[in-house]
Amino acid sequence: MPPVALTLGPVFFHWPAERLRDFYFRIADEAPVERVHVGEVVCGKRMPFSDPVWPEVIERLEQAGKEVVLSTLATPMTVRERRSIADLCGDDRLVEINDLTALPVRSGQPFVAGPFINVYNGATAQFLVRRGARTICPPVELSLAHIAAIAQTCSDVEFEVFAFGRLPLALSGRCYHARLHGLHKDSCQFTCEQDPDGLLVDTLDDQSFLAINGVQTMSAQVHAVMQPASEFLSRGIRRLRLSPHTSDMVQVARIYRSVLDGDEEPERARTLLSNLDLPGTLVDGYARGRAGAEAVATP
Amino acid sequence: MSERGRMELVCPAGTPATLRAAVQAGADSVYCGFRDETNARNFPGLNFSAQEMADGIRFAHDHGSKVLVAINTFARAENTEPWRKAADTAVASGADAVIAADIAVLDHMSTNHPDTRLHLSVQAAAATPEAIGFYADAFGVRRVVLPRVLSVQEIAALNRAIAVETEAFVFGGLCVMVEGRCHLSSYAAGKSPNLNGVCSPPEAVHYVEDANGTTAQLSGFTIDRYEAGQPTGYPTLCKGRFKASGKTGHLFEDPVSLNAGSMIVAFREAGVKALKIEGRQRGKGYVSEVVRAFRRAVDAVEQGGTPTEIDSILASMSEGGRQTTGAYRKTWR
Repeated sequence: MPPVALTLGPVFFHWPAERLRDFYFRIADEAPVERVHVGEVVCGKRMPFSDPVWPEVIERLEQAGKEVVLSTLATPMTVRERRSIADLCGDDRLVEINDLTALPVRSGQPFVAGPFINVYNGATAQFLVRRGARTICPPVELSLAHIAAIAQTCSDVEFEVFAFGRLPLALSGRCYHARLHGLHKDSCQFTCEQDPDGLLVDTLDDQSFLAINGVQTMSAQVHAVMQPASEFLSRGIRRLRLSPHTSDMVQVARIYRSVLDGDEEPERARTLLSNLDLPGTLVDGYARGRAGAEAVATP
Repeated sequence: MSERGRMELVCPAGTPATLRAAVQAGADSVYCGFRDETNARNFPGLNFSAQEMADGIRFAHDHGSKVLVAINTFARAENTEPWRKAADTAVASGADAVIAADIAVLDHMSTNHPDTRLHLSVQAAAATPEAIGFYADAFGVRRVVLPRVLSVQEIAALNRAIAVETEAFVFGGLCVMVEGRCHLSSYAAGKSPNLNGVCSPPEAVHYVEDANGTTAQLSGFTIDRYEAGQPTGYPTLCKGRFKASGKTGHLFEDPVSLNAGSMIVAFREAGVKALKIEGRQRGKGYVSEVVRAFRRAVDAVEQGGTPTEIDSILASMSEGGRQTTGAYRKTWR
């Protein structure tokens, strides 16, 4: 495995089964990522649509040598959602927990603590490591310096940083897609499917600001942390997470890989990245300990 | 939880004067925090020094009330000392319970202060029997403050499945996002509830006047706009007006506050142990008035009062701003 590995995070959006299948098949065949997350994280109501596609997706990814991680729901509520978490946690593969609902049933077996688990300090990281955490992807608002401070206290776990994609900023009990369409969550008609990268939210002064994705609120801008591998390694960061969009994710992964391998300068890589069909402009404020919406600083 | 003790009224105090006012107005418990980033209402001019906390707890105890100390932000990796100190000081001051969300704080409390009651903050967003069971087993948490995403029917089902007490918000400000899982504020303005105990921080707020009226901005992002002569509001990010898909409006939540006073009977039947009033940033006049009204309402419920009687007691609480019962009714979602 390379010194800094690439992980493809879970798809946050409600993509139809065929789109998911095609997407992951291409990732399996072409994307230079070592690990791939599958599964629904945002809304349990979407699961009946995507569930049937996962067995063949997992098989294809594993045949291609990818490590598959089963991601679980971030805000489980119903009996069915809680049961799905328990079922997934019984799997021999690595499981990503995104709510502590999963911890009792997964304790003692290896897991990934996803960005929805509040790991803000070393004591929390150590607590989770004692229960089986193998990789920790801390909340997106933490800076690289912050993550380094946590990693320093906790050497027996891999730290992963959310490095590409619209930022998952908030979750709610309320579905904003449904609200926008004058519907309730319980009879939502799955309008979130119409926005495969989320629905852009502008301010009254036409500033691109946020994006809604069902019960999730994301940034309109695309977070992109692009640095040489040494910068991550010196902070104890061993993985970068790329969050799927309809953009060419194979190309995104290649660009990140080329920077980590030292074949491309970060600045030129950012230009290559912004030339792709991205849902928003590039920001990286969080990584620098600033407001998340701050644009990438140009040297 | 099947046993039905008397419901506890848990009231906010941002200052020592408000603590005394809440106690005198009939609060069973008052919750408050230290004057630093260890609590989720870290606003200028609010909160307690160590001495004020000790004095406040003494005053409350002398008047038969309890004090719950909120240490409910997430300890910072580079320096966890303020959180440890806050926990130790709260215990030394005689706090009846500590309200915490961070695993590091909970772990510190259960290891070093096992005799002090631990309440799980709403910032921990524990909404399932499994998550609540985890906090109870791992840290001995005795009460969970429920995330504001559950309907009253779901709360009833939850209470049947867990062995700890539950506390539900009944009145005051309303977070529309799952608390403890929201980075909207830090995205726009660099400071967040989890890291700094603030949301939509005052120093990032600017009101820009022009010929058409006033624009309320947060770090340069327009959160709302008011016509000339219209009263302006505070630009709390999730209560702003935005545009999406050709529609303009309050996409996340209207500028409403929570008033679930009409549901006290339902909460009681759902097995809720404590009712919480939000508003640590409110003045003592407001807190006195709200606590007094809810004291009468809760007492009336305990004595078998009808929903109509309860509504008439709380009628004065629904004047002014717009209100909602939030997620407690399923149609809110």
